[in-house]
Amino acid sequence: MKAPAFAYAKPRSLAEVCALLDERGETARVLAGGQSLVPMLNLRVAAADLLVDISGIESLRGVSVTADRLCVGALTSHREVEQSAEVARHAPLLAQAAPHIAHVAIRNSGTFGGSIALADPAAEWPACCLALDATILTISKAGKRSIPARAFFKGLFSTDLRPGELITGVEIPLTPGHRSVFLELSRRRGDYAIVGVAAMAKVQGGTLQDVRLAFLGGGDRPLLAVHAMKAAEGKPPLADLGPALAADLSPMADLDTSARTKLHLANVLARRALAALAG
Amino acid sequence: MTARDELPVKDSKTRTQSGYIGKSEPRANAKRLLQGRGSFIDDLRFPRLAHVAFLRSPHAHAKIKSMDFSKARAAPGVIGVFDGRAVAEYCSPWIGVLGHLKGIKSPPQYPLAIERACWQGEAVAAVVAETRAQAEDAVELVAAEWDPLPAVIDMHESLSGKVVIHPEFEDNICFSRQIDNGEVDAAFKNADVVVEESYSFGRHTGVCLEGRAILADYNAGEHMLTVHHATQAPHMMQDIFSKHLNLPEANVRVICRDIGGAYGIKVHVYPDEMCTAALSIMLRRPVKFVADRLESFLSDIHAREHKVTVRLAATKDGEILAFDLDDLTAIGPYSVYPRTSGIEGNQVVNLTGGPYKHKHYRASLNVVFTNKNVTCQYRAVGHPIAVALTEGIVDLAAQKLGMDPAEFRRRNMIPDDAYPYTGAAGMKYEVLTHHQCLDKLLSLMDYKGLRAEQAELRKKGVYRGIGLAAMIEVTNPSPAFYGVGGARISAQDGATLRLEPTGMLTVLSSVTEQGQGTEGIFAQIAATVVGVTMDKVKVITGDTSTTPYGGGTWASRGAGIGGEAVLQAGKALRSNILDIAAAILNVDKADLDIFSNEVIDLASGESKLPLAELGRVAYFRPDTLPMKFQSELMVTRHYTPREYGFTFTNGIQASLVEVDVETGFVKLLKHWCVEDCGTVINPLLVDEQIRGGVVQGIGAALFEECHYSEDGQLQNATMADYLVPMSGEMPDIVCGHVESKTRTSELGAKGVGEAGTAGAPGAVMNAINDALSSLGARVTTMPFTPERVLDALGKK
Amino acid sequence: MDHSLPLTLTVNGTRVTSRVEPRTHLIDFLRDTAGLTGSHIGCEHGVCGACTVRVDGLIVRGCLTLAVQCEGKTVDTIEGLSDSGELAELQQAFHERNALQCGYCTPGMLVAALDLVKSEPDASRERIREHLSGNYCRCTGYQAIVDAIETVLAMRRTTAKAAGARP
Ligand SMILES: Cc1cc2nc3c(=O)[nH]c(=O)nc-3n(C[C@H](O)[C@H](O)[C@H](O)COP(=O)(O)OP(=O)(O)OC[C@H]3O[C@@H](n4cnc5c(N)ncnc54)[C@H](O)[C@@H]3O)c2cc1C
Ligand code: FES
Ligand code: FES
Repeated sequence: MKAPAFAYAKPRSLAEVCALLDERGETARVLAGGQSLVPMLNLRVAAADLLVDISGIESLRGVSVTADRLCVGALTSHREVEQSAEVARHAPLLAQAAPHIAHVAIRNSGTFGGSIALADPAAEWPACCLALDATILTISKAGKRSIPARAFFKGLFSTDLRPGELITGVEIPLTPGHRSVFLELSRRRGDYAIVGVAAMAKVQGGTLQDVRLAFLGGGDRPLLAVHAMKAAEGKPPLADLGPALAADLSPMADLDTSARTKLHLANVLARRALAALAG
Repeated sequence: MTARDELPVKDSKTRTQSGYIGKSEPRANAKRLLQGRGSFIDDLRFPRLAHVAFLRSPHAHAKIKSMDFSKARAAPGVIGVFDGRAVAEYCSPWIGVLGHLKGIKSPPQYPLAIERACWQGEAVAAVVAETRAQAEDAVELVAAEWDPLPAVIDMHESLSGKVVIHPEFEDNICFSRQIDNGEVDAAFKNADVVVEESYSFGRHTGVCLEGRAILADYNAGEHMLTVHHATQAPHMMQDIFSKHLNLPEANVRVICRDIGGAYGIKVHVYPDEMCTAALSIMLRRPVKFVADRLESFLSDIHAREHKVTVRLAATKDGEILAFDLDDLTAIGPYSVYPRTSGIEGNQVVNLTGGPYKHKHYRASLNVVFTNKNVTCQYRAVGHPIAVALTEGIVDLAAQKLGMDPAEFRRRNMIPDDAYPYTGAAGMKYEVLTHHQCLDKLLSLMDYKGLRAEQAELRKKGVYRGIGLAAMIEVTNPSPAFYGVGGARISAQDGATLRLEPTGMLTVLSSVTEQGQGTEGIFAQIAATVVGVTMDKVKVITGDTSTTPYGGGTWASRGAGIGGEAVLQAGKALRSNILDIAAAILNVDKADLDIFSNEVIDLASGESKLPLAELGRVAYFRPDTLPMKFQSELMVTRHYTPREYGFTFTNGIQASLVEVDVETGFVKLLKHWCVEDCGTVINPLLVDEQIRGGVVQGIGAALFEECHYSEDGQLQNATMADYLVPMSGEMPDIVCGHVESKTRTSELGAKGVGEAGTAGAPGAVMNAINDALSSLGARVTTMPFTPERVLDALGKK
Repeated sequence: MDHSLPLTLTVNGTRVTSRVEPRTHLIDFLRDTAGLTGSHIGCEHGVCGACTVRVDGLIVRGCLTLAVQCEGKTVDTIEGLSDSGELAELQQAFHERNALQCGYCTPGMLVAALDLVKSEPDASRERIREHLSGNYCRCTGYQAIVDAIETVLAMRRTTAKAAGARP
């Protein structure tokens, strides 16, 4: 199970990365943490002529906070997010979700930006980005773009990223006063979830306000459950969001779990998440 | 007196023995592994080593129309590309049948399929290159054309015979067997209670962390093939390489160094491994094959795909009258050589109902071919199925009778004083201890307390379940297992003990080590019997050119058979040592003993002669010994169990689970196992054998299944998709023992390596069903995924 | 086409210089080029943890790290961590508790365990299980491994307390 041959470059500047990606087109692939790309190469389900290792670009690394937003650099590792005091303070949802991603050794290497770029429908970060109403920042030879998370995830492993475009970071608006809960069901610790929910709301007198529910494993991409959010808005935690979720989600069956079961599980999680937010 | 005190390893008058038997001695050979200094096959470095990768069939069943090797041959680093015909010139085919499995049939199998591939993953061409990566690159360049054939995937469809897989046969039935003992129909007719259920077992596999591995090194100058092989049975493989590669037996040497897990997976003949050995001869250089994870899933034997319907008849007083079962199992396109793929099903019909004293028993078995990967013996062969369906139906009967499941079992278990006993299935048991084990288990787990807690929690909407699974287990098999059927698989084992000049003791054994602790317990036995300290003992295993001939490691036989050979060799060596001491000291042998590396005076315990001094005299100054006296400081003894077909053991497990009835998730809270392996040589190692085995059984119950698509594609051939048990979900496991020694050997040890795996799936299933019982739900299809639990609950 | 590149890194305290193909992952490099066969390969797709090594002090999957990504970095393997004594307590505890059978998972398991012992002195049994959740062991059933790590943590706490109690 050895990867097919490829060339490797490790540019020292963003401009160099953009130039390389532009020049080599589809035959080049960005290498960040390698925790998804390298296994795909080893399994020979992916191939590339050139890997462009972006880990030398220090400006893409780390968490920073401004007056109204938190910025997570694309190269920030899952583990760094998990252990960041700023994240814990300003976007606790991310800190709650992080331990669910794989295992420590993988979290040490895997990056925030890599996970967003990969857009696995069962991954934690994309769903969190939806719940947090985050903005994805990109750069390419053509320039910079800011893409709202809700417009970024297009389908199964497919995003709004254009050829030659690199994610530089993710901006998250600060939402003081919101509570957050992250729940997921996976067969074993660290496995990709069967289904999971990233939930946020303000709590006022036992009712939930400004409810946001984003699901992982609920379809071919991370999904904001708009009907369920509407149903839950301004009420005490509801016990059954089944009909709303049926409109919001269209889970894909996997080998062990049918789409119907996933929908059922999403409803269970939604109820538990709302109760936890209120409680 | 405890069982250990009565051990026969010393004369009763001895007061001085420091026995290691029964002690939790850590294994000396673990130290190198802890430092990463083991030597697994893939760690070996050879000059001119070539690497092989295989082109494997992408179809479940297809004719090979053509293969074009020209591009592959021209690829960088490629040494050669070969098809089935080329390799068949060097390696003859084999047929996986046994004489005592009446009517079993299977077609000839070749190292590389020649005309037709019969499962997705069957090797059809071999590429040899300077590196494994280059070999894999070139495999992608082989242009193969296929003619897909209809594939038989479902076992019922196979049984129907509408499509016959092998043209030389009339149907797809590899083997079938019927047992009908007593008056089964009458028993069911007269029963107050009859319960029936169908159980389904997911096909799963061993997932050794180290893939199958072989490094074959043919030396043309000597016409000698040395095979470094991750195998559990080196002598069996020596015989097979010799026969099929047409080399004199003495010109084949099989060496097993460290092996990264085996569990039965590495005791079979694999076509790609035979091919690797043939390639070494063809290319006259060392060739290595290590199965990567994809190849492991596609070509390591799978196991346990069964669908069974079982019925139980009982009286209203709770007496079990009869079992009746119908087992259908699918084994892939070939019966695996040389043990056959009929044994697993055969064990199911031999073992079902085993712990109980019913008189009537009927079983019907059909073993059918399919176009999936082959199945064969994997740890606990047949037991997990027999135990789960016995214990599942027993629980169902108890439920229907309104009896506590522990009490129902107690009423029906064979009494501890009834042995020797022949069970209704015809198996002969020498001595078992079901009742002692049950009692010990119930007190160990505080059964009553748990039941009370369960009832309390139920009121709060928490669904806990307690499941029991009693079992019998085949260990220490006699030649009746394989030898009588014509397989050249040794049921006996040998041990050679040699006292070295410095007083050290070398032990050579035909049993192999894959981490069970074989070498450790043999050191304990040898040290105890001879009278030396553990640090003086060195154990050597896994080399056909140096160790005595024997069977190796499988069917929980290492300790019981190989250990007895060590014991007997130790007794003989000790006697020889005392002869020499008597000659040197000029005293009566009967007045001497050996203790802690010294010959001592038996009566006073006074030191008379260090063994190092005895060794010096015997090896370097024999001139000082009496004229006609010849010292013999190396002794070999063998042992074969023969009185019983198998030395049966018994035990019982319990599982405590909590089911989240909204999500169908099962949380394992705790697990218990009490078993009787006779003499416990090393409690530390025995308990870890059990725990490791239990977790493999839990894997079967909750996680592991090889998913095939309707056209025979294995859909989860990665470790991300095939779920094995990991630390996060596993419970702590409490072990307990009852020791009833087998009288067939002096050591008294029965086997233990498979007990955990045998009982765990049944215990977990019963625990889940106990949790669900008040909701009227029941699961019967393993593994018990959240989906299946929710299905049973009618949620979704 | 030859894509190979020069590579210099520090392995177990020694500088190693070589040329490697970019596709060579760190474990193949360590085993085949550096001759350090203690780190094992179990799956080559990141699930089993047999290849766990330390790069610049952090545990990583050796099979999901390209050797070329380690230019200028410091790699520690089971061999180096054994020779330096860093693993000694864990090794002894594993030995006494028989927390290994075939030993194939053991190097990865020890490197992962050391990470926990160093970073979370108060880790509970549950946390130990969680931390090891990416390291597959088919032989032991995990309990002995968890026990051994728990023992080392307890030992270290006692030692630390004793040291702290001294004036
Ligand atoms: C055993 C295992 C279990 C896992 N479990 C989980 C899990 O439970 N949840 C989860 O979310 N993930 C899981 N992962 C995946 C892991 O989180 C990855 O780290 C992550 O998905 C990708 O990040 P990376 O930095 O490793 O990206 P890489 O593997 O380097 O790249 C992934 C893809 O993104 C592209 N890419 C990377 N960075 C950028 C960028 N800045 N701009 C544009 N494109 C980019 C690459 O070209 C590539 O196509 C698991 C991985 C493994 C091996
Ligand atoms: S070999 Fe790297 S995780 Fe399995
Ligand atoms: S000891 Fe064998 S895999 Fe862990």
